[in-house]
Amino acid sequence: MSMLSMFSYHFIQRALVVGVLVSLCAALLGVSLVLKRYSMIGDGLSHVGFGALAVASAFHLAPLGVAVPVVMLAAVLLLRLRGSGRVKGDAAIAIISSSALAIGVIVVSVTSGMNTEVSSYLFGSILSLSRGDAVLSVILSLAVLALFCLFYPRIFAVTFDETFARATGTRAELYNTLLAVLTAVTVVLGMRMMGALLISSLIIFPALSAMKLCRSFRSVILCAALLSVLCFVFGMIASYAFETPSGASVVAAELIAFALCSLFGRKG
Amino acid sequence: MAILTCENASFSYDGRTVLEGVDFALRAGDYLCVVGENGSGKSTLIRGLLSLKAPASGRITLGDGLKRSEIGYLPQQTEIQRDFPASVWEVVLSGCLNSLDGRLFYGAEDRRRAEENLERMGIEDLKNAGYQELSGGQQQRVLLARALCATKKLLLLDEPVTGLDPVAAGEMYNLIKLVNLCDGISVIMVTHDIHEAVRYATHILHLGRRQLFFGTAAEYRRSAIGRRFLGGSGI
Repeated sequence: MSMLSMFSYHFIQRALVVGVLVSLCAALLGVSLVLKRYSMIGDGLSHVGFGALAVASAFHLAPLGVAVPVVMLAAVLLLRLRGSGRVKGDAAIAIISSSALAIGVIVVSVTSGMNTEVSSYLFGSILSLSRGDAVLSVILSLAVLALFCLFYPRIFAVTFDETFARATGTRAELYNTLLAVLTAVTVVLGMRMMGALLISSLIIFPALSAMKLCRSFRSVILCAALLSVLCFVFGMIASYAFETPSGASVVAAELIAFALCSLFGRKG
Repeated sequence: MAILTCENASFSYDGRTVLEGVDFALRAGDYLCVVGENGSGKSTLIRGLLSLKAPASGRITLGDGLKRSEIGYLPQQTEIQRDFPASVWEVVLSGCLNSLDGRLFYGAEDRRRAEENLERMGIEDLKNAGYQELSGGQQQRVLLARALCATKKLLLLDEPVTGLDPVAAGEMYNLIKLVNLCDGISVIMVTHDIHEAVRYATHILHLGRRQLFFGTAAEYRRSAIGRRFLGGSGI
Protein backbone atom coordinates (compact mmCIF):
# COMPACT_ATOMS: atom_id res chain seq x y z
CA MET A 1 0.00 0.00 0.00
CA SER A 2 2.72 2.41 0.98
CA MET A 3 4.28 1.86 -2.47
CA LEU A 4 1.06 2.83 -4.24
CA SER A 5 0.66 5.91 -2.11
CA MET A 6 3.59 7.54 -3.94
CA PHE A 7 1.39 7.86 -7.01
CA SER A 8 -1.09 10.04 -5.12
CA TYR A 9 1.33 12.98 -4.86
CA HIS A 10 0.86 15.53 -7.63
CA PHE A 11 4.57 16.28 -7.96
CA ILE A 12 5.32 12.58 -8.39
CA GLN A 13 2.59 12.18 -11.00
CA ARG A 14 4.02 15.13 -12.89
CA ALA A 15 7.54 13.77 -12.65
CA LEU A 16 6.42 10.36 -13.88
CA VAL A 17 4.57 11.70 -16.93
CA VAL A 18 7.42 14.02 -17.92
CA GLY A 19 10.05 11.43 -17.07
CA VAL A 20 8.46 8.67 -19.15
CA LEU A 21 8.21 10.99 -22.18
CA VAL A 22 11.77 12.28 -21.79
CA SER A 23 13.07 8.71 -21.33
CA LEU A 24 11.37 7.76 -24.60
CA CYS A 25 12.96 10.70 -26.43
CA ALA A 26 16.38 9.95 -24.96
CA ALA A 27 16.19 6.27 -25.91
CA LEU A 28 15.18 6.92 -29.54
CA LEU A 29 17.81 9.60 -30.10
CA GLY A 30 20.37 7.63 -28.10
CA VAL A 31 20.42 4.73 -30.56
CA SER A 32 21.31 7.06 -33.41
CA LEU A 33 23.81 9.06 -31.35
CA VAL A 34 25.65 6.01 -30.02
CA LEU A 35 25.87 4.46 -33.49
CA LYS A 36 27.11 7.71 -35.02
CA ARG A 37 29.77 7.94 -32.25
CA TYR A 38 28.13 11.11 -30.96
CA SER A 39 27.51 9.77 -27.42
CA MET A 40 29.51 12.46 -25.70
CA ILE A 41 27.43 15.23 -27.28
CA GLY A 42 24.72 14.48 -24.71
CA ASP A 43 27.23 14.90 -21.91
CA GLY A 44 28.65 18.11 -23.37
CA LEU A 45 25.20 19.61 -23.89
CA SER A 46 24.16 18.87 -20.31
CA HIS A 47 27.05 20.97 -19.01
CA VAL A 48 26.00 23.79 -21.30
CA GLY A 49 22.50 23.29 -19.91
CA PHE A 50 23.85 23.69 -16.37
CA GLY A 51 25.52 26.96 -17.31
CA ALA A 52 22.33 28.23 -18.92
CA LEU A 53 20.14 27.26 -15.95
CA ALA A 54 22.56 28.88 -13.49
CA VAL A 55 22.53 32.14 -15.45
CA ALA A 56 18.73 31.99 -15.79
CA SER A 57 18.23 31.51 -12.06
CA ALA A 58 20.72 34.27 -11.21
CA PHE A 59 18.74 36.73 -13.31
CA HIS A 60 15.36 35.27 -12.31
CA LEU A 61 14.50 34.24 -15.86
CA ALA A 62 12.38 31.25 -16.92
CA PRO A 63 14.81 28.30 -16.67
CA LEU A 64 13.55 26.30 -19.67
CA GLY A 65 12.99 29.43 -21.75
CA VAL A 66 16.71 30.26 -21.47
CA ALA A 67 18.22 26.78 -21.45
CA VAL A 68 16.40 25.26 -24.46
CA PRO A 69 17.56 27.85 -27.05
CA VAL A 70 21.07 28.14 -25.58
CA VAL A 71 21.64 24.38 -25.61
CA MET A 72 20.16 24.10 -29.13
CA LEU A 73 22.68 26.71 -30.27
CA ALA A 74 25.51 24.80 -28.57
CA ALA A 75 24.37 21.59 -30.29
CA VAL A 76 24.52 23.17 -33.73
CA LEU A 77 27.89 24.73 -32.90
CA LEU A 78 29.31 21.39 -31.73
CA LEU A 79 28.23 19.73 -34.95
CA ARG A 80 29.81 22.51 -37.03
CA LEU A 81 33.11 22.27 -35.14
CA ARG A 82 33.10 18.51 -35.66
CA GLY A 83 32.42 18.89 -39.35
CA SER A 84 34.95 21.66 -39.99
CA GLY A 85 37.84 19.50 -38.81
CA ARG A 86 39.61 22.50 -37.32
CA VAL A 87 39.07 21.20 -33.80
CA LYS A 88 38.85 17.47 -33.09
CA GLY A 89 35.31 16.41 -32.21
CA ASP A 90 35.93 15.23 -28.67
CA ALA A 91 38.17 18.22 -27.93
CA ALA A 92 35.42 20.55 -29.16
CA ILE A 93 32.95 18.95 -26.77
CA ALA A 94 35.38 19.23 -23.86
CA ILE A 95 36.10 22.90 -24.59
CA ILE A 96 32.47 23.92 -24.84
CA SER A 97 31.18 21.86 -21.94
CA SER A 98 33.84 22.82 -19.42
CA SER A 99 33.63 26.50 -20.40
CA ALA A 100 29.87 26.47 -19.90
CA LEU A 101 30.28 24.69 -16.56
CA ALA A 102 32.86 27.26 -15.47
CA ILE A 103 30.62 30.17 -16.42
CA GLY A 104 27.75 28.52 -14.53
CA VAL A 105 29.85 28.00 -11.40
CA ILE A 106 31.13 31.59 -11.46
CA VAL A 107 27.64 33.02 -11.88
CA VAL A 108 26.35 30.83 -9.04
CA SER A 109 29.14 31.77 -6.64
CA VAL A 110 28.81 35.50 -7.38
CA THR A 111 25.03 35.52 -6.92
CA SER A 112 23.22 32.97 -4.80
CA GLY A 113 26.01 30.63 -3.74
CA MET A 114 25.76 26.84 -3.75
CA ASN A 115 22.15 26.33 -2.64
CA THR A 116 19.72 23.44 -3.10
CA GLU A 117 18.50 24.83 -6.42
CA VAL A 118 22.00 24.67 -7.88
CA SER A 119 22.56 21.22 -6.45
CA SER A 120 19.32 20.09 -8.12
CA TYR A 121 20.67 21.24 -11.48
CA LEU A 122 23.73 19.07 -10.98
CA PHE A 123 22.14 15.95 -9.53
CA GLY A 124 18.48 16.37 -10.44
CA SER A 125 15.38 16.63 -8.33
CA ILE A 126 11.80 15.76 -9.11
CA LEU A 127 10.75 18.59 -6.82
CA SER A 128 12.21 21.15 -9.22
CA LEU A 129 9.49 20.55 -11.80
CA SER A 130 6.82 23.25 -11.61
CA ARG A 131 3.40 22.84 -13.23
CA GLY A 132 4.29 25.22 -16.04
CA ASP A 133 7.59 23.41 -16.64
CA ALA A 134 5.74 20.10 -16.77
CA VAL A 135 3.28 21.29 -19.43
CA LEU A 136 6.08 22.72 -21.55
CA SER A 137 8.11 19.52 -21.11
CA VAL A 138 5.20 17.35 -22.27
CA ILE A 139 4.64 19.50 -25.36
CA LEU A 140 8.34 19.59 -26.29
CA SER A 141 8.94 15.88 -25.75
CA LEU A 142 5.85 14.99 -27.82
CA ALA A 143 7.28 17.20 -30.58
CA VAL A 144 10.63 15.38 -30.37
CA LEU A 145 8.90 11.98 -30.58
CA ALA A 146 6.75 13.09 -33.53
CA LEU A 147 9.70 14.50 -35.48
CA PHE A 148 11.77 11.38 -34.86
CA CYS A 149 8.97 9.11 -36.13
CA LEU A 150 8.22 11.26 -39.19
CA PHE A 151 11.84 11.34 -40.30
CA TYR A 152 12.62 7.77 -39.26
CA PRO A 153 13.60 6.47 -42.76
CA ARG A 154 15.93 9.41 -43.29
CA ILE A 155 17.41 9.21 -39.80
CA PHE A 156 18.16 5.52 -40.38
CA ALA A 157 19.83 6.27 -43.72
CA VAL A 158 21.96 9.08 -42.29
CA THR A 159 22.95 6.97 -39.29
CA PHE A 160 23.87 3.85 -41.25
CA ASP A 161 25.69 5.45 -44.14
CA GLU A 162 26.00 9.21 -44.40
CA THR A 163 28.00 9.10 -47.64
CA PHE A 164 25.40 6.97 -49.42
CA ALA A 165 22.63 9.22 -48.13
CA ARG A 166 24.46 12.31 -49.42
CA ALA A 167 25.15 10.66 -52.78
CA THR A 168 21.47 9.96 -53.27
CA GLY A 169 20.62 13.60 -52.73
CA THR A 170 19.71 13.53 -49.03
CA ARG A 171 20.65 16.64 -47.11
CA ALA A 172 22.62 14.83 -44.43
CA GLU A 173 23.65 18.06 -42.62
CA LEU A 174 19.99 18.92 -42.19
CA TYR A 175 19.22 15.61 -40.49
CA ASN A 176 22.38 15.75 -38.38
CA THR A 177 21.28 19.18 -37.23
CA LEU A 178 17.79 17.84 -36.55
CA LEU A 179 19.29 15.07 -34.40
CA ALA A 180 21.44 17.57 -32.50
CA VAL A 181 18.55 19.97 -31.90
CA LEU A 182 16.23 17.20 -30.73
CA THR A 183 19.00 15.96 -28.43
CA ALA A 184 19.44 19.47 -27.03
CA VAL A 185 15.73 19.69 -26.17
CA THR A 186 15.77 16.22 -24.58
CA VAL A 187 18.88 16.96 -22.53
CA VAL A 188 17.44 20.18 -21.11
CA LEU A 189 14.11 18.56 -20.27
CA GLY A 190 15.79 15.53 -18.72
CA MET A 191 18.38 17.38 -16.66
CA ARG A 192 15.79 18.93 -14.34
CA MET A 193 15.08 15.46 -13.03
CA MET A 194 18.28 13.59 -13.76
CA GLY A 195 20.78 16.39 -13.20
CA ALA A 196 23.43 17.71 -15.56
CA LEU A 197 25.94 15.11 -14.41
CA LEU A 198 23.65 12.12 -14.95
CA ILE A 199 21.48 12.92 -17.98
CA SER A 200 23.83 11.45 -20.58
CA SER A 201 23.27 7.97 -19.11
CA LEU A 202 19.59 8.29 -20.10
CA ILE A 203 20.77 8.64 -23.71
CA ILE A 204 23.55 6.05 -23.77
CA PHE A 205 22.46 3.15 -21.51
CA PRO A 206 19.18 2.09 -23.19
CA ALA A 207 20.83 2.07 -26.64
CA LEU A 208 23.77 -0.04 -25.45
CA SER A 209 21.52 -2.47 -23.57
CA ALA A 210 19.16 -2.86 -26.53
CA MET A 211 22.06 -3.54 -28.90
CA LYS A 212 23.02 -6.52 -26.75
CA LEU A 213 19.58 -8.03 -27.32
CA CYS A 214 18.39 -7.04 -30.79
CA ARG A 215 19.87 -7.06 -34.26
CA SER A 216 17.63 -4.91 -36.46
CA PHE A 217 17.54 -1.12 -36.18
CA ARG A 218 13.79 -1.03 -35.57
CA SER A 219 13.91 -3.67 -32.83
CA VAL A 220 16.85 -1.91 -31.16
CA ILE A 221 14.86 1.34 -31.15
CA LEU A 222 11.75 -0.30 -29.70
CA CYS A 223 13.73 -2.29 -27.14
CA ALA A 224 15.66 0.81 -26.06
CA ALA A 225 12.41 2.74 -25.65
CA LEU A 226 10.88 -0.01 -23.51
CA LEU A 227 14.00 -0.46 -21.36
CA SER A 228 14.33 3.28 -20.89
CA VAL A 229 10.76 3.69 -19.62
CA LEU A 230 10.98 0.61 -17.38
CA CYS A 231 14.27 1.73 -15.84
CA PHE A 232 12.90 5.20 -15.24
CA VAL A 233 9.78 3.90 -13.47
CA PHE A 234 11.76 1.36 -11.40
CA GLY A 235 14.32 4.03 -10.55
CA MET A 236 11.58 6.38 -9.34
CA ILE A 237 9.96 3.65 -7.24
CA ALA A 238 13.32 2.77 -5.72
CA SER A 239 14.00 6.45 -5.11
CA TYR A 240 10.72 6.72 -3.17
CA ALA A 241 11.17 3.45 -1.31
CA PHE A 242 14.78 3.96 -0.21
CA GLU A 243 14.71 7.76 -0.16
CA THR A 244 17.62 7.95 -2.61
CA PRO A 245 18.07 10.80 -5.13
CA SER A 246 15.84 10.27 -8.17
CA GLY A 247 18.42 10.81 -10.92
CA ALA A 248 21.02 8.54 -9.36
CA SER A 249 18.40 5.83 -8.74
CA VAL A 250 17.35 5.85 -12.39
CA VAL A 251 21.00 5.54 -13.46
CA ALA A 252 21.45 2.62 -11.05
CA ALA A 253 18.42 0.90 -12.63
CA GLU A 254 19.93 1.51 -16.11
CA LEU A 255 23.21 0.00 -14.96
CA ILE A 256 21.48 -3.13 -13.63
CA ALA A 257 19.51 -3.49 -16.88
CA PHE A 258 22.73 -3.12 -18.89
CA ALA A 259 24.47 -5.75 -16.78
CA LEU A 260 21.55 -8.17 -17.28
CA CYS A 261 21.46 -7.52 -21.04
CA SER A 262 25.21 -8.08 -21.26
CA LEU A 263 24.90 -11.35 -19.36
CA PHE A 264 21.98 -12.75 -21.33
CA GLY A 265 22.47 -10.95 -24.65
CA ARG A 266 23.78 -12.75 -27.70
CA LYS A 267 27.20 -11.14 -27.57
CA GLY A 268 27.68 -12.32 -23.99
CA MET B 1 24.33 8.20 -76.14
CA ALA B 2 26.61 9.38 -73.35
CA ILE B 3 25.05 9.12 -69.91
CA LEU B 4 28.02 10.79 -68.25
CA THR B 5 30.58 13.18 -69.72
CA CYS B 6 33.65 14.63 -68.05
CA GLU B 7 35.04 17.60 -69.97
CA ASN B 8 38.59 18.49 -68.96
CA ALA B 9 37.61 18.44 -65.30
CA SER B 10 40.07 19.26 -62.53
CA PHE B 11 39.69 19.11 -58.77
CA SER B 12 41.51 20.91 -56.01
CA TYR B 13 41.57 21.09 -52.23
CA ASP B 14 42.42 24.47 -50.69
CA GLY B 15 43.68 25.72 -54.05
CA ARG B 16 46.01 22.74 -54.53
CA THR B 17 45.15 20.74 -57.64
CA VAL B 18 44.92 17.02 -56.90
CA LEU B 19 43.50 15.80 -60.21
CA GLU B 20 43.40 17.40 -63.66
CA GLY B 21 42.67 16.80 -67.30
CA VAL B 22 39.93 14.25 -66.73
CA ASP B 23 38.16 13.95 -70.07
CA PHE B 24 36.01 10.97 -70.96
CA ALA B 25 32.48 9.94 -71.91
CA LEU B 26 30.54 6.96 -70.64
CA ARG B 27 27.88 5.50 -72.91
CA ALA B 28 24.89 3.47 -71.74
CA GLY B 29 25.96 -0.12 -71.07
CA ASP B 30 29.68 0.70 -70.68
CA TYR B 31 31.69 -0.87 -67.88
CA LEU B 32 34.47 1.50 -66.86
CA CYS B 33 37.23 0.60 -64.43
CA VAL B 34 39.13 3.45 -62.81
CA VAL B 35 42.65 2.38 -61.88
CA GLY B 36 45.69 4.11 -60.41
CA GLU B 37 47.88 4.05 -57.36
CA ASN B 38 46.91 5.36 -53.93
CA GLY B 39 46.63 9.14 -53.98
CA SER B 40 46.15 9.19 -57.76
CA GLY B 41 42.81 10.99 -57.41
CA LYS B 42 40.40 8.05 -57.70
CA SER B 43 38.43 8.93 -54.58
CA THR B 44 38.33 12.59 -55.59
CA LEU B 45 36.88 11.64 -58.98
CA ILE B 46 34.21 9.52 -57.26
CA ARG B 47 33.24 12.47 -55.07
CA GLY B 48 33.11 14.64 -58.17
CA LEU B 49 30.88 12.21 -60.07
CA LEU B 50 28.50 12.05 -57.10
CA SER B 51 28.38 15.87 -56.91
CA LEU B 52 29.83 15.74 -53.40
CA LYS B 53 32.70 17.87 -54.71
CA ALA B 54 32.47 20.49 -57.43
CA PRO B 55 35.18 20.49 -60.13
CA ALA B 56 37.58 23.45 -59.92
CA SER B 57 37.42 23.73 -63.70
CA GLY B 58 35.82 21.82 -66.55
CA ARG B 59 32.42 20.18 -66.44
CA ILE B 60 30.72 16.92 -65.51
CA THR B 61 27.39 16.47 -67.25
CA LEU B 62 24.81 13.73 -67.11
CA GLY B 63 22.75 12.65 -70.11
CA ASP B 64 19.93 10.30 -71.05
CA GLY B 65 17.65 11.63 -68.29
CA LEU B 66 19.96 10.47 -65.48
CA LYS B 67 19.64 12.60 -62.36
CA ARG B 68 22.44 13.34 -59.87
CA SER B 69 20.58 11.53 -57.12
CA GLU B 70 19.96 8.45 -59.27
CA ILE B 71 23.50 7.04 -59.31
CA GLY B 72 23.63 3.74 -57.42
CA TYR B 73 26.63 4.18 -55.15
CA LEU B 74 28.45 1.42 -53.29
CA PRO B 75 30.85 3.16 -50.90
CA GLN B 76 33.74 1.55 -49.09
CA GLN B 77 32.57 0.07 -45.82
CA THR B 78 33.10 2.15 -42.72
CA GLU B 79 34.07 0.85 -39.29
CA ILE B 80 30.68 2.01 -37.98
CA GLN B 81 28.80 -0.30 -40.33
CA ARG B 82 30.52 -3.55 -39.39
CA ASP B 83 28.77 -3.80 -36.03
CA PHE B 84 25.68 -1.78 -36.91
CA PRO B 85 22.40 -3.31 -35.74
CA ALA B 86 20.29 -3.38 -38.89
CA SER B 87 18.48 -6.12 -40.76
CA VAL B 88 19.34 -6.85 -44.38
CA TRP B 89 15.87 -5.64 -45.32
CA GLU B 90 16.33 -2.28 -43.59
CA VAL B 91 19.64 -1.69 -45.37
CA VAL B 92 18.35 -2.65 -48.83
CA LEU B 93 15.15 -0.65 -48.44
CA SER B 94 17.17 2.45 -47.52
CA GLY B 95 18.43 2.40 -51.12
CA CYS B 96 14.99 3.71 -52.14
CA LEU B 97 15.76 6.93 -50.22
CA ASN B 98 16.08 8.99 -53.40
CA SER B 99 12.60 8.00 -54.61
CA LEU B 100 10.98 9.30 -51.42
CA ASP B 101 11.01 12.87 -52.76
CA GLY B 102 8.65 14.69 -50.45
CA ARG B 103 7.14 11.51 -48.96
CA LEU B 104 7.98 10.58 -45.39
CA PHE B 105 7.77 6.79 -45.59
CA TYR B 106 8.53 4.02 -48.08
CA GLY B 107 5.57 2.77 -50.14
CA ALA B 108 4.54 -0.51 -51.77
CA GLU B 109 6.53 0.29 -54.92
CA ASP B 110 9.73 0.86 -52.88
CA ARG B 111 9.22 -2.46 -51.07
CA ARG B 112 8.68 -4.27 -54.37
CA ARG B 113 11.91 -2.85 -55.74
CA ALA B 114 13.82 -3.87 -52.62
CA GLU B 115 12.39 -7.45 -52.83
CA GLU B 116 13.36 -7.62 -56.48
CA ASN B 117 16.97 -6.59 -55.79
CA LEU B 118 17.28 -9.05 -52.89
CA GLU B 119 16.37 -11.80 -55.36
CA ARG B 120 18.69 -10.40 -58.00
CA MET B 121 21.59 -10.72 -55.55
CA GLY B 122 20.43 -14.16 -54.40
CA ILE B 123 20.06 -13.08 -50.79
CA GLU B 124 16.27 -13.22 -50.35
CA ASP B 125 16.69 -15.87 -47.64
CA LEU B 126 18.84 -13.42 -45.63
CA LYS B 127 16.11 -10.76 -45.64
CA ASN B 128 15.59 -10.84 -41.87
CA ALA B 129 19.18 -11.62 -40.93
CA GLY B 130 21.29 -9.10 -39.04
CA TYR B 131 23.70 -7.21 -41.31
CA GLN B 132 26.55 -7.43 -38.79
CA GLU B 133 26.34 -11.25 -38.70
CA LEU B 134 26.92 -11.68 -42.43
CA SER B 135 30.20 -12.58 -44.09
CA GLY B 136 32.09 -9.86 -45.95
CA GLY B 137 30.86 -11.15 -49.32
CA GLN B 138 27.25 -11.24 -48.17
CA GLN B 139 27.53 -7.71 -46.77
CA GLN B 140 28.79 -6.47 -50.14
CA ARG B 141 25.84 -8.15 -51.88
CA VAL B 142 23.48 -6.36 -49.51
CA LEU B 143 25.14 -3.02 -50.29
CA LEU B 144 25.00 -3.79 -54.02
CA ALA B 145 21.27 -4.57 -53.71
CA ARG B 146 20.86 -1.22 -51.93
CA ALA B 147 22.78 0.57 -54.70
CA LEU B 148 20.54 -1.09 -57.32
CA CYS B 149 17.46 0.23 -55.49
CA ALA B 150 18.81 3.73 -56.03
CA THR B 151 19.39 3.46 -59.80
CA LYS B 152 18.14 2.11 -63.08
CA LYS B 153 21.09 3.33 -65.15
CA LEU B 154 24.45 3.79 -63.44
CA LEU B 155 26.32 2.02 -60.65
CA LEU B 156 29.35 3.63 -59.03
CA LEU B 157 31.41 1.10 -57.06
CA ASP B 158 34.29 2.09 -54.80
CA GLU B 159 36.64 -0.89 -54.43
CA PRO B 160 33.82 -3.40 -54.01
CA VAL B 161 36.03 -6.45 -53.39
CA THR B 162 38.43 -4.98 -50.83
CA GLY B 163 38.80 -7.38 -47.91
CA LEU B 164 36.95 -10.25 -49.61
CA ASP B 165 38.49 -13.71 -50.03
CA PRO B 166 39.22 -14.74 -53.65
CA VAL B 167 36.05 -16.81 -54.02
CA ALA B 168 33.77 -14.07 -52.69
CA ALA B 169 35.64 -11.49 -54.81
CA GLY B 170 35.11 -13.60 -57.94
CA GLU B 171 31.41 -13.94 -57.17
CA MET B 172 31.14 -10.20 -56.68
CA TYR B 173 32.83 -9.49 -60.04
CA ASN B 174 30.46 -11.94 -61.77
CA LEU B 175 27.39 -10.38 -60.16
CA ILE B 176 28.47 -6.92 -61.25
CA LYS B 177 29.10 -8.12 -64.81
CA LEU B 178 25.72 -9.84 -64.84
CA VAL B 179 23.93 -6.66 -63.77
CA ASN B 180 25.88 -4.79 -66.46
CA LEU B 181 25.07 -7.26 -69.26
CA CYS B 182 21.54 -8.41 -68.40
CA ASP B 183 20.05 -5.17 -67.13
CA GLY B 184 22.09 -2.80 -69.26
CA ILE B 185 23.18 -0.80 -66.20
CA SER B 186 26.41 1.12 -66.79
CA VAL B 187 29.17 0.56 -64.25
CA ILE B 188 32.00 2.74 -63.01
CA MET B 189 34.26 0.79 -60.67
CA VAL B 190 37.31 1.94 -58.77
CA THR B 191 39.69 -0.94 -58.22
CA HIS B 192 43.25 -1.83 -57.33
CA ASP B 193 43.05 -5.10 -59.18
CA ILE B 194 44.25 -4.21 -62.68
CA HIS B 195 44.06 -7.78 -64.02
CA GLU B 196 40.40 -8.20 -63.08
CA ALA B 197 39.75 -4.70 -64.41
CA VAL B 198 40.92 -5.48 -67.98
CA ARG B 199 39.13 -8.82 -67.81
CA TYR B 200 35.67 -7.50 -66.98
CA ALA B 201 35.61 -3.86 -68.07
CA THR B 202 34.87 -2.47 -71.52
CA HIS B 203 36.82 0.71 -70.77
CA ILE B 204 39.75 1.70 -68.57
CA LEU B 205 40.50 5.09 -67.05
CA HIS B 206 44.01 5.29 -65.61
CA LEU B 207 44.70 8.16 -63.21
CA GLY B 208 47.93 9.49 -61.71
CA ARG B 209 46.94 12.95 -60.43
CA ARG B 210 45.91 13.54 -64.04
CA GLN B 211 44.34 11.39 -66.73
CA LEU B 212 47.04 9.02 -68.01
CA PHE B 213 44.85 6.84 -70.19
CA PHE B 214 41.27 6.49 -71.32
CA GLY B 215 40.10 3.95 -73.88
CA THR B 216 38.78 0.44 -74.31
CA ALA B 217 40.24 -2.43 -72.32
CA ALA B 218 41.73 -3.87 -75.52
CA GLU B 219 43.48 -0.59 -76.32
CA TYR B 220 44.77 -0.43 -72.76
CA ARG B 221 46.38 -3.89 -73.06
CA ARG B 222 48.28 -2.69 -76.13
CA SER B 223 49.23 0.72 -74.76
CA ALA B 224 52.63 1.41 -73.25
CA ILE B 225 51.19 2.36 -69.86
CA GLY B 226 48.88 -0.65 -69.87
CA ARG B 227 51.69 -3.04 -70.67
CA ARG B 228 53.82 -1.59 -67.91
CA PHE B 229 51.02 -1.75 -65.37
CA LEU B 230 49.94 -5.25 -66.33
CA GLY B 231 53.51 -6.43 -65.99
CA GLY B 232 53.69 -7.87 -69.49
CA SER B 233 50.88 -10.39 -68.92
CA GLY B 234 48.43 -8.28 -70.92
CA ILE B 235 50.11 -8.71 -74.27
